[in-house]
Amino acid sequence: MVTIEDYGQYETAWCPGCGNFSILDAVKSGLVASELEPHQVLLVSGIGQAAKAPHYLNANVFNGLHGRALPVATGAKLANPDLRIIVESGDGCNYGEGGNHFLAAIRRNIDLTLIVHNNQIYGLTKGQASPTTMEGFVTKAQPEGVASAPFNPIAVAVAMQASFVARGFSGMIDHLAGLIEQAIAHEGFALIDVLQPCVSFNKVNTFAWYKKRCYTLPGEYDATDWQAAMQMAMEWGDKIPLGIIYRNQRTSFEKRFSVLRHGPLVGQDTNLAELKKILEKFA
Amino acid sequence: MEKTDLTLLIGGEAGQGLVTLGDLLAKSLVHAGYSILVTQSYQSRIRGGHNTFAIRVSREAVVAPRESVDLLIAMNAETVTLHKAEVADGGLIVADEAHGTETDGCLLVPYQQLVETRFANVVALGVVSVLLGLDQPLVARSLDDFFGKKDHEMAEKNRQILTTAFDWCDQQTVAFEKLPPVAKPIQRMVMNGNEAIAMGALSAGVKFCSFYPMTPATSIVLNLTAQAGRMGLVVEQAEDEIAAINMAIGASFAGAPSMTATSGGGFALMTEAVSLAGMSETPVLIVVAQRPGPATGLPTRTEQADLELVLYAGHGEFPRAIFTPGTVEECFWLTRKSFEVAAKFQGPVFLLTDQFLADSSRAVTPFDLDNLEPIDPGIETDASSLPYSRYAITPSGVSPRLLPGMTKHLVVAGGDEHLVDGHLTEDLNVRNLMVAKRLRKEQGIMEEVVPPEFQGDERPDLLLVTWGSSRGAVLEAADQLRNETTRVGTLHFSQVWPLVPDLFLEHLENAAKVVCIEGNVYGQLARLIRRETGFAVHSRVLRYDGLPITPEYIIRELRD
Repeated sequence: MVTIEDYGQYETAWCPGCGNFSILDAVKSGLVASELEPHQVLLVSGIGQAAKAPHYLNANVFNGLHGRALPVATGAKLANPDLRIIVESGDGCNYGEGGNHFLAAIRRNIDLTLIVHNNQIYGLTKGQASPTTMEGFVTKAQPEGVASAPFNPIAVAVAMQASFVARGFSGMIDHLAGLIEQAIAHEGFALIDVLQPCVSFNKVNTFAWYKKRCYTLPGEYDATDWQAAMQMAMEWGDKIPLGIIYRNQRTSFEKRFSVLRHGPLVGQDTNLAELKKILEKFA
Repeated sequence: MEKTDLTLLIGGEAGQGLVTLGDLLAKSLVHAGYSILVTQSYQSRIRGGHNTFAIRVSREAVVAPRESVDLLIAMNAETVTLHKAEVADGGLIVADEAHGTETDGCLLVPYQQLVETRFANVVALGVVSVLLGLDQPLVARSLDDFFGKKDHEMAEKNRQILTTAFDWCDQQTVAFEKLPPVAKPIQRMVMNGNEAIAMGALSAGVKFCSFYPMTPATSIVLNLTAQAGRMGLVVEQAEDEIAAINMAIGASFAGAPSMTATSGGGFALMTEAVSLAGMSETPVLIVVAQRPGPATGLPTRTEQADLELVLYAGHGEFPRAIFTPGTVEECFWLTRKSFEVAAKFQGPVFLLTDQFLADSSRAVTPFDLDNLEPIDPGIETDASSLPYSRYAITPSGVSPRLLPGMTKHLVVAGGDEHLVDGHLTEDLNVRNLMVAKRLRKEQGIMEEVVPPEFQGDERPDLLLVTWGSSRGAVLEAADQLRNETTRVGTLHFSQVWPLVPDLFLEHLENAAKVVCIEGNVYGQLARLIRRETGFAVHSRVLRYDGLPITPEYIIRELRD
């Protein structure tokens, strides 16, 4: 029986009041609810305040480069499909620096859960615009206000028919933990975009701002209806929907490699007798 | 004097089947017992342009290409114009009668009367085979091996065309001196550098390869992909080079011996992750197949100008090894060695090759697989001490490696400076301990370094120093110079990093004159030797026009 204590309790480097604390709690709850033991889990992250999260719980960890968590996770999953992989990083890491990997991971439908801590700002580098910062938002780096339109990760993921697309809010821990549990259970690529306040650098999209706007999708909402999901994905402003916005059943990427039907690559022998036959084609 | 070797050059445009013709000739010549060395020169296009496929053939071992041509096989009129001047005395041009105004030293083939245009390369194969004195059944066998399994009807058609070509050529009177036949042909393979790298990787037990296509590295991966099912490996074409190397690092972290392959521009994108492999102590093989830069440069030609790029790639300081094979055989053995060093010392290892070697098919004695083992991936099955610490401080600097998910112990790794347990730290005392631990691995790498290969006269008047694929041209130039009474030595580096001065400095100091021969503009190895030993080579022979260094080039430059 796995308990929340198995995942430990650590001191963090985050600001008091940061949304990351709640997301960390929700991740632990989601893992416990999934009955996964720490050694079965691999957390992969990039760089940013969010990317430090894997250091604050018990699990296997690979904390790589800014923007590059998804390729590392993809390689690890292909080497050992038995690993349960969660990628945890921020909006800058996944939607900015790692944007191409985000698109590729959706296309591959690699079986892992991507949790994006989305506070619509760069925290670690002290308050520059992120890909999801709203238009007109003033920062020291964008003194005339952000000129680019914000990236809508949910709409992009739904448009590409990602197999599991959800939005959570750090202010609703139980709801978020539920999404994480379902994302882990989902076979294929699962995106959870998690809205969170940044108490130090985002004075617009505050806890109260999100709290006022976020609502959970009603029970009758059909997440398998792509057109309805596309419409829902565009909803942003006065009302922001939370929950599983879209899901489908696509074959997950690692299942397409016949070699992986024999289990992790590390357990597979190298057959030099077979190589000898291969070399005959050069004769 | 009997002719000892000859060079044939096939020229034409992309899409005319030059490479098929060249490969079939190469195979037939090796089956007949000759040694060969192929040099391919092509343009960055799929159709048209001007491409060549040269084969140097001899009864003795051949190690380098030569510039003069004995048999020019012109598949279009342009080839005659461009290469006529390279044809040696006693040489012959085989051209299409339809193009022909040439008559002297020319065999005009009536391709259009003999076959449809698309089979012209098979006619050329037949004609050249007769000129070289190859038996028709032997050539037909090469043709069957190539087409047989794909399409029986096509194979039969090709056999008929070959007969037509042999019959036609047998009736011609041609003044061309053949090579003497080989009495007892020994069985050898025809393999190029990239194929040998792929086969070496498979023999080492590679289980994962991710890549982004880039000439001239792509064929390494295609050779792996073709065997992925049989040899049990995963090959993935990534969205970009950054993803490719990060995937390889992720797969390696999870236990799969991993590699990626690219060329200079793609490698430039990978450099941040090279540093990550160094910091996270993750084994990974990075093959860099060089082509001329800067930027896109000459995408399909050859150069040796990325030694410094690979040596200095990645921010910060961490150990690495760089292997630079000089032959097709070394491509095989040093790829194995690369996996071994990566696994043993847990970090990035490089294999630096180039377009010339990548595409250069040669006659290779079969590798003795019966006496080989896959490389030990260096993974423990349980923690030797508790709690398990991925970055435990050890005298060798190498920490016992467990895999995530394979034991109850947690494996924590990453790119931040870390405590022994892998979690990030800003404790500056730990920082010093970790830097020292990582750098201690360099000592181990140095103990296993491949010594530079010295050949020739001790205390020479002239020592020719080189690395990588220029090896053969240097050896042959040295032989030629020795005939002219100079005492000549050669020193070839198959590993350019780390350099261990005890293994070569004496050779440099014992020579009256030391010349470094490299396919780049700065003399990058010469600069590195000076940095590491203080020894300044006396002069340099450099080439950077996109073509491989030849013995003639070296001798011309030395005389200038």
